[in-house]
Amino acid sequence: MYKYTEFDKAFLLQRNSQFRAQVQRRINGQLTEEEFKPLRLMNGLYLQLHAYMLRVAIPYGTLNSAQMRQLAYIAQTWDKGYGHFTTRQNIQYNWPKLSDVPDILDTLAEVNLHAIQTSGNTIRNVTADHFAGAAADEICDPRPYAELIRQWSTDHPEFQFLGRKFKIAINGAIQDRAVIRAHDIGLQIIQKEHKLGFKVIVGGGLGRTPMIGKTIRKFLPESDLLPYIEAILSVFNQSGRRDNKYKARIKITVHEKGIEDIRTLVEDRFHRIRPTYKGLDQNILESIKMQFPPPQFVKADSTHFEQTYETDPIFRSWVDINTSEHKADNYVIVSISLKGHGQTPGDATTKQMQVMAQVAEDYGHNELRISHEQNVILPHVHKSNLPQIYKALRNHGLATANIGLISDIIACPGMDYCALATARSIPIAQDIAGRFKALKIEHEIGPLKLKISGCINACGHHHVGHIGILGLERAGKEYYQITIGGDATSTAAIGERVGPGFSAEEIVDAVERLIYAYLDMRKEPEETFLRTYQRVGLAPFKTALYPKTALAA
Amino acid sequence: MPVIVTDSGFQSDDWVGDYCKPCDPGSNPQALDLSSDIDPDTVLLHSNLQMIRVNIHNFADGRGFTIARQLRLRGFKGRLRARGNLISDQYTMARRSGFDEIEITDELAKRQTESEWLFRSKWKENDYQSLLRG
Ligand code: HEM
Ligand code: SF4
Repeated sequence: MYKYTEFDKAFLLQRNSQFRAQVQRRINGQLTEEEFKPLRLMNGLYLQLHAYMLRVAIPYGTLNSAQMRQLAYIAQTWDKGYGHFTTRQNIQYNWPKLSDVPDILDTLAEVNLHAIQTSGNTIRNVTADHFAGAAADEICDPRPYAELIRQWSTDHPEFQFLGRKFKIAINGAIQDRAVIRAHDIGLQIIQKEHKLGFKVIVGGGLGRTPMIGKTIRKFLPESDLLPYIEAILSVFNQSGRRDNKYKARIKITVHEKGIEDIRTLVEDRFHRIRPTYKGLDQNILESIKMQFPPPQFVKADSTHFEQTYETDPIFRSWVDINTSEHKADNYVIVSISLKGHGQTPGDATTKQMQVMAQVAEDYGHNELRISHEQNVILPHVHKSNLPQIYKALRNHGLATANIGLISDIIACPGMDYCALATARSIPIAQDIAGRFKALKIEHEIGPLKLKISGCINACGHHHVGHIGILGLERAGKEYYQITIGGDATSTAAIGERVGPGFSAEEIVDAVERLIYAYLDMRKEPEETFLRTYQRVGLAPFKTALYPKTALAA
Repeated sequence: MPVIVTDSGFQSDDWVGDYCKPCDPGSNPQALDLSSDIDPDTVLLHSNLQMIRVNIHNFADGRGFTIARQLRLRGFKGRLRARGNLISDQYTMARRSGFDEIEITDELAKRQTESEWLFRSKWKENDYQSLLRG
């Protein structure tokens, strides 16, 4: 894992002392709220429904046990004993006091963590595949590049006052687990004639106008990474719209000007910027790469694991559903579900964070990851340790076997916390998870991505859910629109709206009708919901959702 | 009287010449006054040019930083000034992007005092960009 250099440490200390002074100036009235706002946002501090909200970055989703323990400590000391893991590999604290925030930031700095550029119109926390460094289908670990981009984007003088936020994601495996096509810039590591480089995708995004990103460069050599993305940002900063908040993202610039024009502008800038990079960035990249070695894999006897697997069906089901293929022999990747039925998706208590830290330390080479699906990952686990891990997790409500299933729901905070929400999303997620648990058909349904947002901003990724639910409001009443057929992977697609919305009372029944329609229509159990939709189209699902209308028509 | 902020604090304006705005394409002015929506690639860098001033009406409009960077990359070596309601926290960014100085109003200088600007004047310290670029 990346270790902070003296430079990184000095930078962070200075940054935190600057923010402490900014808070003081705001309190003294030297800064107006309008002036303070972008400063607090670029340090991760939002003003929400009930209180301030602090969003802490977990760069490219990677944490060690000490860092996880510190997150737990903060939740306990300055918040209400829990934190919320988000779809952008951040953790949010919902209840800090403004005057405590400088101390919280100093506490984070002790373990090389920060909240820099997790909000505001800046380049946000760079996200990456949460299986990076472990996945069997990996071409190259994306994290060193993500770290390089983190350093480059941190306090970048040109890009602290962009027209709108800017999100970069990077994926280094065959399967896209970082949703790169729904980001302002998506980077896919590829190999061409034994040379590493990137396919660069630009202009993806969700929100009010969902768009799948377009390829701007088919192959960008590794060493051109920083000057090229700097060129994209330069073009965006100058020519992105600033007249309308909803049109200020680069997806709109790309849409309005066309990808060809943008490409020409970017290439021109790139040639001008390229000579300013004289190779130091590549030296730094090399030293970063050295800090992401594979763990010291162990060889161990896994008889006990095999016996337990044979004899304990509940354990077996957890292993089957919550582990994924690892690149090393006899290793697996464990996904810890933060989606216990009836819980708030993505929330973890202080105790749970401590338990996960301990398990990682005892059995997981000290490493943890946060996934954009709001779960926690133990990336390197020898099979022989699975029974002990399962036991430790189960004692703390962390052994729900539902990864990738219908109750592994992504949900944004919605009306429960968010000032922009038009509807609740957490209770809907809880009700849906509860319903399918009661019906006992979750496993039969198989892989299914259900995603819920509490307003058009789409923080819950509903557009790319196999089933997406969007909470809206009309005449003081919440209602929920359903989209189906969305896809967040390398075959990314925006879901199609099925029809009129449902009330909070009706939505769970509606989802159930949709699921039974799928179970009836699928050719075989292996045909997933998404593939069935792709084969049969929208119409049969529409009939299932609106039986009365279909009869009348 | 406007106040000019530099690395050594507040100064009075020592630029005595006029700014050419709007500028006749045939002329060869000493100083240009640009707005923040200008495309920096279209600015004619005349041989006489000594001063470019970029007007930033709203501190949240960050286009000026890219304009400065691009003008520098195009080879402009003269004096580059940002003018407007910037906040002291932006001083470092302005200097690192290529501006030499910031012109603020007297009124703003009273609320955001010299010491606040000086707090940000050591712009070469802790700079990831110089680390990565060399
Ligand atoms: C609670 C306070 C939050 C506020 C005020 C907020 C605000 C917003 C806004 C305004 C947008 C739309 C941006 C645009 O389209 O230009 C947005 C998008 C987004 N937010 Fe949030 N958000 C919040 C929480 C979250 C959480 C908890 C997550 C993760 C679970 C999240 C992840 C995202 C993502 C992934 C997008 C959409 C992707 C895109 O940028 O196009 N946000 N958010
Ligand atoms: S989707 Fe809307 S309601 Fe949900 S967190 Fe984002 S802004 Fe808030």
